[in-house]
Order: sequence, then C-alpha cells, then structure tokens
Amino acid sequence: MANNKKKNLTPVQQEYQTFEKQRETNRPVFKNCVKAFLTGGTICLIGQGIQTFYIYNFNFTEETAGNPTIATLIFLVLLLTGFGIYDRIAQFGGAGTAVPVTGFGNAVISSAIEHRSEGLVLGVGGNMFKLAGSVLLFGTFSAFVVAIIKTIITQWGGF
Amino acid sequence: MIFFWAFVVGGFICVIGQIMFDVFKLTPAHTLSTFVVIGAILDGFGLYEPLIAFAGAGASVPITSFGNSLVHGAMAEAEQHGLIGVVTGMFEVTSSGISAAIIFAMIGALLFKPKG
Repeated sequence: MANNKKKNLTPVQQEYQTFEKQRETNRPVFKNCVKAFLTGGTICLIGQGIQTFYIYNFNFTEETAGNPTIATLIFLVLLLTGFGIYDRIAQFGGAGTAVPVTGFGNAVISSAIEHRSEGLVLGVGGNMFKLAGSVLLFGTFSAFVVAIIKTIITQWGGF
Repeated sequence: MIFFWAFVVGGFICVIGQIMFDVFKLTPAHTLSTFVVIGAILDGFGLYEPLIAFAGAGASVPITSFGNSLVHGAMAEAEQHGLIGVVTGMFEVTSSGISAAIIFAMIGALLFKPKG
C-alpha cells in the first residue's frame, strides 16, 4: 500500500515522507505490552471472580456462567464509561481494555452517550453500533461460514 | 488456580492485541474484527472450548469468545434442525452480551452527558 502511494508523489513529497518517518516517535512496544497484559489480565480476573460468584450462588454451571458474567461486566462498563473513568483506564491499558468484552461494551455505550445530542432515533439509535458494528458483522459472518462448513462435514460427510 | 490462569491467558490475549496495534499498526476496529474471526475459526476446529475449560474467564471474557459462542449457538441448533439451524441458532448463546450492550447503552444515553 505504502509503495503504491509513493509512486504518485513528486520527489519533494517522497523526501518529506522519509523525513517524517524518521521523526515519528517510536511506540514503546514492550512497555505497552506489559501494560496491556496487566490491564487485560485484571479484567479477566474480575470476570473470573464474577463467574465464580454466579456458579456458587445462582446454580449456574461453568458452561452457562459466562453469559451473566459478560452482562455484569458490561453493566460495570456502563458506570465506568458514564463517569468518564474507562477512558483513563484505556489510556493506560491500550489493547488490555479494548480486547476484553468490556471494550465492546465501551464502544457501544460511549457512542450512544456521545450522539445523544443528535436525538434518540437518529443520534443514539443510528450511531450506537458505529464502532462495534464491524465486530458484529465479521463475527456473525465468519461464524456463519464456519458453522455451515462444519455442519456439512459432520452431517453429510459421515464423520 | 483458575484465577491465576484466567489472569495469564486473558493478559496474553491482550498482549497479542497490543502487538497488532503497535507493530502492525491496525486500528482497534480491525484488531477486534480479526479477533472475532480467529475465535470463530478456533471453535470450528474445536480448540476454543478446551481453552475455556483451562482458563475460565481468561478465555471467555476476551472478544474472541464472541466468535466462539456464535459458532457454538449455530452448531447446537444445526445438530437438531440441519442447515437452517445455523441461522436460527446463531445468537442463542451470545444474546446476553449483545442485549446487555444495547440495553445499558440506552440507559447510559438517557442518564449521562458526554464528557470532554
């Protein structure tokens, strides 16, 4: 992609691009990874705590306890996003806050809150899945393809 | 012990996400979409379920489990009703996450004012 773009540029522009690349601040990859590990691990640890709570108190099995856990985590994210705390955690945690399901919840909730001023139907309703929509689309479509292939193999392939 | 593995596995999945952010310079939306697709494919090979059994919430909280549960719901229904079950059962397992996100987002939009 970068090479295709370069061909259409004048020599001066190319020069500027290389100059810009040199000046670009290097991202501290290792430091970010450690932060992401700690933040993401902590969120999963909290999730495990909630899950254990549901297993022991509400007769969920280990398989079904995942669902109420995710709902509870998203409720917590509602509070954190609403009071503006999640953004601060996300600045520290990077992918550690984006990859767990809390990141999905935050994407939906924050865009709903942000577009409230445009009205409930066009603002909140229309923009709620602005960021999270791609996750839903690719999740649903890839699951469809995988499930179709698997069904055909297991039911008609005779395995 | 499962708390320890939940922390380690969950953290490790997030590190993969951080590497995709920083090294491959993907946007969060691209990264999350990739994760969901990976989760769906892993479950297609039957590899995600053992990971959940091993790491608990460490595997079920990251977004990869969303793809996994979509395939799971689709497969459970497909075993009973054949191919049409793939469509009817797809959101059976994940409905809690999606409905929670929609409901709480609506409540949030009604209660909170945007910050900054």
